[in-house]
Amino acid sequence: MEYGQVVGTVVATRKVPAWNGQRLLVVQPVNAQGGTIGKRLVALDVTSAAPGQYVFFVRGREAAHALDDTFNPADAAIVAQVDRLEGPVTERT
Amino acid sequence: MRIARVVGNVLATVKHESLRAQRLLLVEAEGPDGMLDGRPRLALDVVDAGEGDRVLVVDEGNSAAQALGRGRGPIRTVIVGVVDEVESFLPSANRGRQG
Repeated sequence: MEYGQVVGTVVATRKVPAWNGQRLLVVQPVNAQGGTIGKRLVALDVTSAAPGQYVFFVRGREAAHALDDTFNPADAAIVAQVDRLEGPVTERT
Repeated sequence: MRIARVVGNVLATVKHESLRAQRLLLVEAEGPDGMLDGRPRLALDVVDAGEGDRVLVVDEGNSAAQALGRGRGPIRTVIVGVVDEVESFLPSANRGRQG
């Protein structure tokens, strides 16, 4: 599960039925210091994350398992909101 | 599986139910030169790893489910071993290219 920051919301009224009522957020992957790495992506959100918040998201087939009905086409989903990271080692050994 | 380093602890109150009551650690993959990749991942821990430990990590859903002994969930990163030692048969300068 990767680390990222919520940088936007996506409004899509017409979407696949399996996603009805679900939130879609734009997530920017970041490193432990909060620096951006890689491309932004859209992720399902089952945690009600807010813009600016740091989160962990899962990519791939496992993302669909964030919903109760796992037969859905999600390829990214936010699974945790980060309160705090404790003691990330910043030096590269 | 990847060799990774436990670089921190994760505190997350609001999370998917499949992450509840689990040890959550921050890991970064380690290259052959010992460099961390700078892409932190949230990993569940089933082997009681600690901060600074060199660990073996799976990053795939079915492997994760097997390691956790339960059905599939939105989880793919699990620490499945603590590395004591890695013996390499290639000189370190070539190890990167050989993967």
